[in-house]
Amino acid sequence: MTILKTDGLSKHFGGLIAVSDFNVEMEEGELVGLIGPNGSGKTTIFNVITGLYKPTAGSIHFDGKDVTGLRPDKITALGIARTFQNIRLFSELSVLDNVMVGHHLRLHSSPFVAALGLPMYRREEEEITQNSWRLLETVGLANVAQEEAGGLPYGQQRKLEIARALATRPKLLLLDEPAAGMNPEEVRELMDFIHRIMEEFDLTVFLVEHHMRLIMGICPRILVLDHGVTIAHGTPDEIQNDPKVIEAYLGVEEEDA
Amino acid sequence: MRKGTSRILTAISLLVLFLFLWWAEENLDPYLRRILNLIAINIIWVVTFNLIYGYTGQFSLGHAGFIAIGAYVTALLTLPPAQKEQSFFLSPCIWPLSVIQWPFLPSLILGALLAGVFGVLIGIPSLQLRGDYMALVTLGFAEVIRVINMNLQSITNGSLGLKGIPEYTNLFWSWGCAIFTIFVVWMLGNSSYGRAFKAIREDEIAAETTGVSIFYHKLMAFAIAALLTGVGGGLFANLISTIDPNLFSFLLSYQVVTILVLGGVGSITGNVLASIMYVSLFELLRPIDQPMTFGSITLPGRPGMRMVMFSIIFLLVILFYRRGLMGSNEFSWRWLLSKLQPIFKRKRQEDDHSKD
Amino acid sequence: MSLDMFLQHLANGISLGGLYALIAIGYTMVYGILRLINFAHGDIFMMSAYMAFYGVSLFALPWYVSFGLTIPLAAILGMAVERVAYRPLRDAPRISALISAIGVSLLLENVGIVTFGGRPKAFPRPPLFAQEWNLGGVRILSLTFFIIVISCVLLVGVFYLVYRTKTGRAMRAVAWDFEVARLMGININQVISLTFAIGSILAAAGAIMWGMKFPQLLPLMGVVPGLKCFIAAVVGGIGSVPGAMLGGFILGVGEIMIVAFFPELAGFKYAFAYLALILILLVKPTGLLGKVEEEKA
Repeated sequence: MTILKTDGLSKHFGGLIAVSDFNVEMEEGELVGLIGPNGSGKTTIFNVITGLYKPTAGSIHFDGKDVTGLRPDKITALGIARTFQNIRLFSELSVLDNVMVGHHLRLHSSPFVAALGLPMYRREEEEITQNSWRLLETVGLANVAQEEAGGLPYGQQRKLEIARALATRPKLLLLDEPAAGMNPEEVRELMDFIHRIMEEFDLTVFLVEHHMRLIMGICPRILVLDHGVTIAHGTPDEIQNDPKVIEAYLGVEEEDA
Repeated sequence: MRKGTSRILTAISLLVLFLFLWWAEENLDPYLRRILNLIAINIIWVVTFNLIYGYTGQFSLGHAGFIAIGAYVTALLTLPPAQKEQSFFLSPCIWPLSVIQWPFLPSLILGALLAGVFGVLIGIPSLQLRGDYMALVTLGFAEVIRVINMNLQSITNGSLGLKGIPEYTNLFWSWGCAIFTIFVVWMLGNSSYGRAFKAIREDEIAAETTGVSIFYHKLMAFAIAALLTGVGGGLFANLISTIDPNLFSFLLSYQVVTILVLGGVGSITGNVLASIMYVSLFELLRPIDQPMTFGSITLPGRPGMRMVMFSIIFLLVILFYRRGLMGSNEFSWRWLLSKLQPIFKRKRQEDDHSKD
Repeated sequence: MSLDMFLQHLANGISLGGLYALIAIGYTMVYGILRLINFAHGDIFMMSAYMAFYGVSLFALPWYVSFGLTIPLAAILGMAVERVAYRPLRDAPRISALISAIGVSLLLENVGIVTFGGRPKAFPRPPLFAQEWNLGGVRILSLTFFIIVISCVLLVGVFYLVYRTKTGRAMRAVAWDFEVARLMGININQVISLTFAIGSILAAAGAIMWGMKFPQLLPLMGVVPGLKCFIAAVVGGIGSVPGAMLGGFILGVGEIMIVAFFPELAGFKYAFAYLALILILLVKPTGLLGKVEEEKA
């Protein structure tokens, strides 16, 4: 079942064309990769899909609904979650609190009920706490639950961001360069981790990465972006041998000789 | 420390406070009682501002506007008609206000509700703006309220103000409301909503992508704060008995900001401590507004010296000790115990040694 | 309303607008560079008025000497404020600098109250400015005429400085992008100090003319004009010098004309500026001459 479909998605910033005619169709449970040189528009596409930017043209359909131009929190409520290239955590909140925020959108109690500490709210709070602990255990951060999020080492911050995203119970998870700054051992762990959470949480994953081994290693399908335009779309083998892709990454060398 | 123990300790403290207030209400002279009342009222103002700025990160400079609304509504409802007829000599008070006289509690409630309504009305345009613009617009709204107050002769009596407001506010009312306000803001702050507010403060974009509806939550914090601070305004009116529109100017908003910053943005404990310190210090320093003589030395004193001192302290804090007194830490019984334990442990060690 | 009356009001409006424009430029330049609302600007305006006053009344200087001395003194005060209260917070979150600005403003106001006392002081109005002229049938005070002329001269001067000189280019570069300007060898601190100096000089000039026009000096006299002028800068397009000028004139003329046509609204005249602000921020937040910015994730 198609879970995400974009049609002619474009984003212009004044005269600058950041993304042009982006089309993708993802089935439930797929793991799709998005690569391209720096500045090719990958993060912009994520920002448009999650509602941070309004597309200049085109449409986005998620889970059968048209989500084009919806507010980010509404899109998250429908089931799309993301992590950020430059890690955006709630630095002064604890690790546990960061994850608990992810549950807020499903809260039923009104502020009135919460302020008075009525039983209905206390039950929900208990549930949120339990779920958050479980997520922290899944990503391996349970032992630092009470630490300030801003004080964590880089790798753990990345995990926390993922845990927080998972807390919103997404169907589609957008990961923006999750392997940045990781050594090969950590990258291998990440690959396993992504497979694990896809199975455990029934996720579809859209992955932006620079780390070629990671992308080629786990994504059965990859799109390549250059200056906002999709220049290739296929399996890792097809991509690796595509002359347009090679040119985009390495530039045209012959001329300078 | 178990949660139960913590609760028992809090309950005991509240009981002690209650007993103290009871004693104070009977035995302290009016001057000291007034100070205690003012402290409680300032606590309400600052704790509610903490909800807007400390927790949600929205810098509003319009707090005085909501205080004014609470004060005026409560005053107008509790003023006896005879007094109104006397005060409104320039332009008679409109009906039904001219004949109404309500008891304290419903007046307070209505004042608070109206302040809350204005909180929503003002919040809707203001909260869509960036930090510094929001500060300016909220300041503007509070000023607009003040100017309108000054000109609605037949409703507010304009610049002549209102006097003879029945002095219903006593230590139980003021501290009761203060405790209630602290309770509500504390509970809210520690709830899922509080986490949502703080997430907005930390990183709006991340909060939004994590499913928190930004505008809705900002408005929620703003409106709740406006409502509760209106209660403080009403208590204020029925304490000082004479009010006029200029009491609720930007200077009052600045005062609330000052106390918040001094105590530590984001800490209710800080709010309370700073309120106590500020109001007390303000009164204690009253002498320096007049010349003082120590033996052969005469220290010059002019009216306004107090405020100069406060301004300097405020600047020093913001420049060098930005976190304020408590930072964003809260008092907890566990913390107190951890501070006391070493003392007891050391004493036991000394006893052991002395036995040798 | 007769044509004469209308022209009289218009002249008043333009002269008030000129004063607002002078003060508004200080706000817009500082905001353009530091993204900071310099709450203390209105109080520098106030201090300048008092300095000019005391030059004459306390030191018995001739008015032109006193006025002349006030200008550099105001510049020094403005630069001192920046140095002490804003520079240390340059790397801190923007709200801290804003709070500091409020603190400085409060301090200056309270020092004013203590030093100058709460009773209004009468600002000198030299005979040159107190004459009644008849220009083509319209009777205006010579002061009004001088204000318009002097303001325009100063505004043209500032415009020239910002858009036609190397220094101005440096200022615009710093306003555009701090880091890039620094990398290109521009001395940021110097440029910022200069910005504050220029703003304060204009405010001082405005204060002196204001004092002659509205001769009652009070320690809190800078608050209302200060806020109104920041609003003027926002309406015109914050960060834009021509915008501040435009905003100042719009606000000045608007204020006079509205009360001229609807005298019963005089009590609310103060609120107009705020309503204009709220309106512009909702409709076109970047102001009349401003450009659109979009925040990237």
